[in-house]
Amino acid sequence: MLSVQHVSGGYSGKAVLKDITFGVEKGELFGILGPNGSGKTTLLKMLSGILPFQAGEILIDDKRLKEYSPKQLAQKVAVLSQHSSQSFSYTVKETVSLGRYAHQRGLFQTWSDEDEAVVQRVMQHIGVSTLQNKNIQELSGGEKQRVFLAQALAQEPEILLLDEPTNHLDLSYQKELFDLLKQWTTENHLTVISIFHDLNLAGLYCDRLLLLEKGVIKVNREPNEVLREETIRAVYRTNIHKFPHPKVAAPQMALLPERQKSAQLVVIQEGMLQQADELIFLKSPVPLRTMSSGVIGSGTGWYQAFVNRHVDKDYNCSDFRQDMADFLRKNGFEPSETVGMMTAVTLEDVEYQVFETDGFSLFAVVTAGVGNAVDASKSELHTFEIVPGTINTWVFVNGDLSEEAFIQSIMTATEAKVKALHDLQVVDEVTGTIATGTSTDSILVAATQTGMALDFAGTITPLGKMISKAVYQCTIKAIQKSQKRKKACSAII
Amino acid sequence: MPRLSIRKFLNNKITAYLLAGIFLLLAILLGIAIGTVSVPIPIIIKIITGNLFGTLRAEHIDPMYSSIVMNIRLPRVILSGLVGASLAIAGAAFQGLLRNPLADPYTLGVSSGASVGAVITLFFNLTIPFVGAFTLPLFSIVFSFITIFCVLMFARKIERSMRVETIILTGIIFSSFLGAMISLMIALTGDELRQIIGWLLGSVSMRGWVYIKIILPFFIIGSIILIFNAKELNAMSFGEERAHHLGVNVQKRKLIVLSAGSILTGAAVAVSGTIGFVGLVIPHLTRLIWGPDHKHLLPLSIFIGSGFLILADLVSRTIISPTELPIGVITSLIGAPVFAVILLQRKRIERSGKNDA
Repeated sequence: MLSVQHVSGGYSGKAVLKDITFGVEKGELFGILGPNGSGKTTLLKMLSGILPFQAGEILIDDKRLKEYSPKQLAQKVAVLSQHSSQSFSYTVKETVSLGRYAHQRGLFQTWSDEDEAVVQRVMQHIGVSTLQNKNIQELSGGEKQRVFLAQALAQEPEILLLDEPTNHLDLSYQKELFDLLKQWTTENHLTVISIFHDLNLAGLYCDRLLLLEKGVIKVNREPNEVLREETIRAVYRTNIHKFPHPKVAAPQMALLPERQKSAQLVVIQEGMLQQADELIFLKSPVPLRTMSSGVIGSGTGWYQAFVNRHVDKDYNCSDFRQDMADFLRKNGFEPSETVGMMTAVTLEDVEYQVFETDGFSLFAVVTAGVGNAVDASKSELHTFEIVPGTINTWVFVNGDLSEEAFIQSIMTATEAKVKALHDLQVVDEVTGTIATGTSTDSILVAATQTGMALDFAGTITPLGKMISKAVYQCTIKAIQKSQKRKKACSAII
Repeated sequence: MPRLSIRKFLNNKITAYLLAGIFLLLAILLGIAIGTVSVPIPIIIKIITGNLFGTLRAEHIDPMYSSIVMNIRLPRVILSGLVGASLAIAGAAFQGLLRNPLADPYTLGVSSGASVGAVITLFFNLTIPFVGAFTLPLFSIVFSFITIFCVLMFARKIERSMRVETIILTGIIFSSFLGAMISLMIALTGDELRQIIGWLLGSVSMRGWVYIKIILPFFIIGSIILIFNAKELNAMSFGEERAHHLGVNVQKRKLIVLSAGSILTGAAVAVSGTIGFVGLVIPHLTRLIWGPDHKHLLPLSIFIGSGFLILADLVSRTIISPTELPIGVITSLIGAPVFAVILLQRKRIERSGKNDA
């Protein structure tokens, strides 16, 4: 469809672009990325025929760009720029109708039925039909941009060039525009080439990305390959972090702000743990990076408060999440900043301890009840019936954990818990075998993300060793306390 | 919503031309009828139709009326009409091309250029062989051409993209410079002083049919060229890049439009001297009433511009009769306040419109 071969050029003899070669296929949504001054707009201007290039060749449908007359080119290529100036108050329809200029022939350039039909169809499709008699100067930024999109599409182009079309526009419009363009590429085989400032938007919609650096192509591949941390960091000279889109298979990038050096190191320790009537909680002075399976605040995120709530053995609430949120609010916690867990265990039996080693420390908190102990290898024999008796494990690490370390921490903590149950000979009452946990166990690993970098947490890494030790010891003690209390209770009865 | 229905009525293109036509016709009739000797309108119609079809029978009409109409008032009205029309359509085209309602033959320096050409002709008493009486308009037009291209070249030197503001600023620089040149020639001149000053102040009096013959071909050529480029002007009023994307051959069209505009301005200045405000106010007014589509804006500007200048001329020669005021004074005296009122009203409408929404 479009082929750019060894193109160089720029303004007034100074080469902004050097030896650019790439091709775009029909129906592709092709993104052009690059820092300011890398030549994105220059490239787009060359593609649209506004800026002559000094060397190389641009072919559209195997015909040289220079051989197209302005009208012929406008029938093939339409352009939507960042913002268009409108000094005069044309109506929406007059504006869109200008898109038919290239298709009108003859001295009088009469307006044909086909022109009218195309304009009406495009306005319908873009959703500006209802505005057609309105003055464009009265429209909002998003509406204006839609009108100009309609104008460009009224050209019935095969290629649409966009120069940061969503600049100055709000989120919903950005999504709307690219949803629409994506639809046009798949349904009408429109080829879209767009400059992006927003890497995430590009990653979300593009089939292929071209990354420019100082007028040279750095990479030209599928988004996941182009949006690599090292590449983007090097080209944009900034600190970013790549993560997967939570809902669709698209790479996303997050900026990392420079941390204030003077910010003091926060250390999570025993003093921060507080007990009240119905709950144990820990309030951190800063949000902690957290991975947990709580009732509220589960998954990964940043949380500042951690609550272990005591509920009655017969607690049964259909909407336990809402109930938990209400409970938290009542006790002065903001649910969106809190990880909340539930347990039927007597909270006085909580076991906690700080463990320290060279460079970092961790604080473990465990509440354990084993009335509902289950052997995971034989869990099929259990009917689904929730019986109170839960091991809730909290591990706070005063260190900087990688994603891997978080997951390994959970594995290590779980293994340590299993071993503790094994050593205490906790029996699964249904199967009569040694239990590996309870059916409602919860875990939380939270890290300050300051201080020592801890990339791994396998059982024999420094962090893994600490977690094993901490969880093992605390779990053993917590179970013993709970068992003692049970025995005492039964003794009284 | 009475306003809506009024707007709809005004927006209807046939109504628009009808209204503009009636306005022009009224202006023509008033322009011929009123003066030191009043000529009744039925007699005017009789005289004109009679002369047109050669069926005039002398015994029915006072020869004095006939002479006043045919030799004094009619040429004067037609001339002022043509000048007004030329300035208005040129102004409309410049405004569209430069995407700025502030642009007009004056702000761009074209009028000053034309004046310099005319003043040089008068100053050196030039007559080019075979051209004869056309020497002055020819010089005016050539100079307006040279000026507009100097302005554009200069603006391009300053800034490749030739932003509108740059062009207007350049135009103002050229205007002042050329104005100084005119002053210099006036200072150095002896006998031709009165002639030059009189010409500079702008007048359509005592020009006769010769001057109409001078301006008419340029007016027809210039207007036709501009009207045929109405679509391109529409596209270019969205910016040159956008026009290019829409398929307009921008460089070529820009040159054509600027040339046509300069022809019109040069010709108008050549026959009547410098008359301000018509090129600025009339297109603006027309656009406000009937919208910016150049297909209609250009022809409607012709009607309104010519009607306006005929009325302005009427005022200039009747208001403190028998003394005649320079017509340029009148256009500015009428034009500026009208312009101000329009601007204020538009702002008010815009504001109230926003409140509604």
